[in-house]
Amino acid sequence: MLSHRVIPCLLLGEGGLVKTLKFAKPKYVGDPINAVKIFNDKEVDELMVLDILATRQGRAPDFALIEQLAGECFMPLCYGGGIRTFEDALTLFKLGVEKVCLQSAVLRSPDIIRRIADHAGEQAVMVSIDVKRNWLGKPVLHSAAGLAGGTGSWRDAIRQAIAHGAGEILLNAVDRDGTLNGVDTALIREASALADIPLVAVGGVGSLADIKAATDAGASAVAAGAFFVFQGPHRAVLITYPRPEELRRLWSD
Amino acid sequence: MNERGNSTGGDRPEPRADVTIVDAGIGNIRSVQRMFEAVEGRAEIATDPAALAGCRRLVLPGVGAFDAGMTALKGGGWIDALNAVALEERRPVLGICLGMQLLCRRSEEGGMPGLGWIEADVVKLDLGDKAGLKIPHMGWTVTTAAKANPLIPSDEGEQRFYYVHKYRAVCDRPEDVLCVAEYGTTFTSGVHRDNIRGLQFHPEKSHRFGMAVFRRFLAL
Repeated sequence: MLSHRVIPCLLLGEGGLVKTLKFAKPKYVGDPINAVKIFNDKEVDELMVLDILATRQGRAPDFALIEQLAGECFMPLCYGGGIRTFEDALTLFKLGVEKVCLQSAVLRSPDIIRRIADHAGEQAVMVSIDVKRNWLGKPVLHSAAGLAGGTGSWRDAIRQAIAHGAGEILLNAVDRDGTLNGVDTALIREASALADIPLVAVGGVGSLADIKAATDAGASAVAAGAFFVFQGPHRAVLITYPRPEELRRLWSD
Repeated sequence: MNERGNSTGGDRPEPRADVTIVDAGIGNIRSVQRMFEAVEGRAEIATDPAALAGCRRLVLPGVGAFDAGMTALKGGGWIDALNAVALEERRPVLGICLGMQLLCRRSEEGGMPGLGWIEADVVKLDLGDKAGLKIPHMGWTVTTAAKANPLIPSDEGEQRFYYVHKYRAVCDRPEDVLCVAEYGTTFTSGVHRDNIRGLQFHPEKSHRFGMAVFRRFLAL
């Protein structure tokens, strides 16, 4: 029996770990190395670390920090943010990162997916696709770093990523980000139907029931940020992760 | 030996490392080394086939496609040195993920022959009639020992490991099957013959379960 992966998603921003709301208003959460240590102790399935400022600031990933984070992880670590070149990806793999997550680099030149996949295997490349609903409620491709590359539809972005050899798709429902208000099941369902590779859904998880809703809608795995780092109505910082029995109960009939 | 424990052959004043990890450019070497260190094993990384001479135990990690793996091993001049360690000196050998598949005769994924140490062929995963299962098999999966063996216990509760793969080994003889797992259908997830073992999953990504496997490998 395969358990669906449940993946804490940590955002690196100004000063350390941050958590955003609908991709805005980053709030300081804590020290990244400490957080990774805690998640490693809690034996999470997998960990995702995304640097949300790197591309916007035109800089490379913080390799020194990433090496420290990778050193604390005895489960798969996915890193994204500021990866510009094939060489950046290779450096990350050497530091112990399992998978790289690409967005802006793909918008610039989708060939980078195939180049990395040919070298490290397709499972090492995750393509991140952010989708925001416009004022009509229609889902539209969004570029988190503000790149004008999203001329195609979000559906085309998924198809293109798969055609270029991506191993996984990270589908981010921007409007749900940080809200703890529930996942966008309609979006997940449609995306999952387009993708014959694993789909990781992120954005809006506020409960275990949301995780189940996401996998019922076709997500292979679910990532969450606020759900694992905040507690209570005042969003006090507390790092948590469900116990294995709790997760298993979600998917047993 | 430099600070990373890298070895390029030659005289060494101190006792040999517990484990020698083959770095042929096809695997996540650092994570493997780090986990051995976490279970108090000294793990050296071999970037040159000459460094395998006299090793105590050998680990062959691997990620990616079969032919790419065999090309890297052949191109780097590793084959003779590997055969010597595994078949002549008969040191404990552990292949991980693609490293396990390379121990077999051949793979559906590629055209090149494998090392041929295990009488098995590598074929695609069989998803059975389960709808909605995606390829690759990626995630934590319960794994069961197929026979008494020193690496995977049958009496210490459920064993779960992290898998990422599209292909699986099929052994000629059931006694060569070390462990099994299920994804769509039940498949062989570990192989064994004499001193040579291979695991389809990634112990180095399977925290305490993987650490236990590495700890037990160090005891061989």
